[in-house]
Amino acid sequence: MTLLDVQNLWVKFPTRQGLFEAVRGVSFSLGKERLGIVGESGSGKSMTGRAILRLIRPPGIVEADHITLEGRNLLTLTEKDMRDVRGEKISMVMQDPKFSLNPVMGIGDQIMEAYLVHNRVSKSEAWRRSVEMLEAVSIRDPERVMRAYPHEMSGGMGQRIMIAMMLIPNPQIMIADEPTSALDVTVQRQVLDIMDKLVRERGMGLIFISHDLNLVADFCDRVLIMYAGRIVETCDAGKLHEAKHPYTQGLLNSLPRFDQPRKHLDVLKRDAAWVNAPDEEGAA
Amino acid sequence: MSMIAIRDLNVWYGAGRDLVNAVRDAALEVTPGESFGLVGESGSGKSTILRAITGLAPNWSGHIEIAGQTLTPGKRDREFYRRVQMVFQDPYASLHPRHTVDQVLGETLHLAGLKGIDKRVSQLLDDVGLGSKFRFRYPHQLSGGQRQRVAIARALAGEPDILLLDEPTSALDVSVQAEILNLLTDLRDEHNLTYLMVSHDLPVISHMCDRLAVMKDGEVLETLTVDALRAMEAQHPYSISLLKASVV
Ligand SMILES: Nc1ncnc2c1ncn2[C@@H]1O[C@H](COP(=O)(O)OP(=O)(O)O)[C@@H](O)[C@H]1O
Ligand SMILES: Nc1ncnc2c1ncn2[C@@H]1O[C@H](COP(=O)(O)OP(=O)(O)O)[C@@H](O)[C@H]1O
Ligand SMILES: [Mg+2]
Ligand SMILES: [Mg+2]
Repeated sequence: MTLLDVQNLWVKFPTRQGLFEAVRGVSFSLGKERLGIVGESGSGKSMTGRAILRLIRPPGIVEADHITLEGRNLLTLTEKDMRDVRGEKISMVMQDPKFSLNPVMGIGDQIMEAYLVHNRVSKSEAWRRSVEMLEAVSIRDPERVMRAYPHEMSGGMGQRIMIAMMLIPNPQIMIADEPTSALDVTVQRQVLDIMDKLVRERGMGLIFISHDLNLVADFCDRVLIMYAGRIVETCDAGKLHEAKHPYTQGLLNSLPRFDQPRKHLDVLKRDAAWVNAPDEEGAA
Repeated sequence: MSMIAIRDLNVWYGAGRDLVNAVRDAALEVTPGESFGLVGESGSGKSTILRAITGLAPNWSGHIEIAGQTLTPGKRDREFYRRVQMVFQDPYASLHPRHTVDQVLGETLHLAGLKGIDKRVSQLLDDVGLGSKFRFRYPHQLSGGQRQRVAIARALAGEPDILLLDEPTSALDVSVQAEILNLLTDLRDEHNLTYLMVSHDLPVISHMCDRLAVMKDGEVLETLTVDALRAMEAQHPYSISLLKASVV
């Protein structure tokens, strides 16, 4: 089942050198799956995620044939309707939870506030539900965390709290932009396992943006590889290592391999043709 | 003789209620020409060990020896900074935004008391694979990888024996990381350098180093060769869990 369908998406920014095309005709659809978007920095991953939620501010320009969610084209919605979409249908988790949580407000108050926006219940009921949310993201002492402030949390805890808050409205789609890139490897796994469990249990669609190929290969079902604003290749995550595009192969080969020691790493040789190669259709 | 010898090292920040014992009873030894890695989760004290060596963390006790010379807490002399140089994770933060590459390198060479600065600047730029067309650029006109090359050129300016590398590629794309790691491999051969390298990335450390120490909560849990690590001979449960999380 298709949850979201993106057709021919462009994101452009006026600059002194003319229009800069950050995303150039990207098409894909998302089902109840974990869809990874990988590519080097500047390839347009974040702008793709933000454009779906119409979070690109002027003078940035977003164009597409359509971005369809439940039969509605998000590009034609009013800003008010779009706010409801952001609150209830599609949630976004960013890289650094410290920028997303309000630093001067207790964590419990923030979760309860988010809960009360979506549910007409008493404060004590909101507290109880908030504690449950924290338990769902494997926070062991939720009562203490409810009383704490964001700066008292480690990165891994902060990111779990963000995920808990994003799940309150029960969204159908979660867009996670480098959600674990600021975390230690061991903590990364824990946060991913939690996201995985929630996505499965709730039948959500996940767009997982990351620059880490191995992580995406391991965690997602399907992967879009972006280069210079385009999707150059789509593969099953389990078959990423059989990728055909020379850019994808080049990225994989440039990684140090624990099991294959060698003196020099392969260096990516860019081909000017990659920039203008036709976009690969990322249909589900 | 070892190039770097550390024993019973304790390093702390702050005092009283704010006291943080960042490194506790650490020991390690690096031989000349060797590359030694420090791995562990963030906050485990890896950077603090480098900071104690360079004098950036002034509160320490124990024994630090560089090429047979015992260090004392407090200021390092000019000769120390010629021999021992550091490269940081974020080259943008460590380069002056209003100084061109030429100024950065020229000034470093001047402070090291070296002559023939003009020729040396172009040599350094060649050494790190940038070439002279980058000579008059400002940091904001360089990519992340190019900035890291400038930071490495600056570290090489005084012809050091030891480079302390603190997550030198953690902020870079994997394709750029490969270029910088290859550069570091070649420079080590060409200039007979000894590396002490910090990273949270076990495959990166395994690629670059001969031996490594695994740190947690300020302590060195275990020191082993990369070959032993590859043969899954790590002893400490934490090293094993780190290994499992890193090898997909
Ligand atoms: N406001 C802006 N003005 C001009 N260019 C921008 C702006 N925001 C982003 N870009 C450019 O768009 C490109 C894609 O950015 P982004 O989607 O953030 O990349 P990433 O794949 O690293 O997430 C980059 O080259 C970036 O510099
Ligand atoms: N300037 C400082 N003041 C107080 N505590 C510090 C300071 N720098 C580091 N620390 C603390 O020392 C410990 C070790 O930090 P660090 O050596 O930077 O770890 P790593 O490099 O392994 O991530 C951490 O608990 C950190 O919070
Ligand atoms: Mg991004
Ligand atoms: Mg550090």
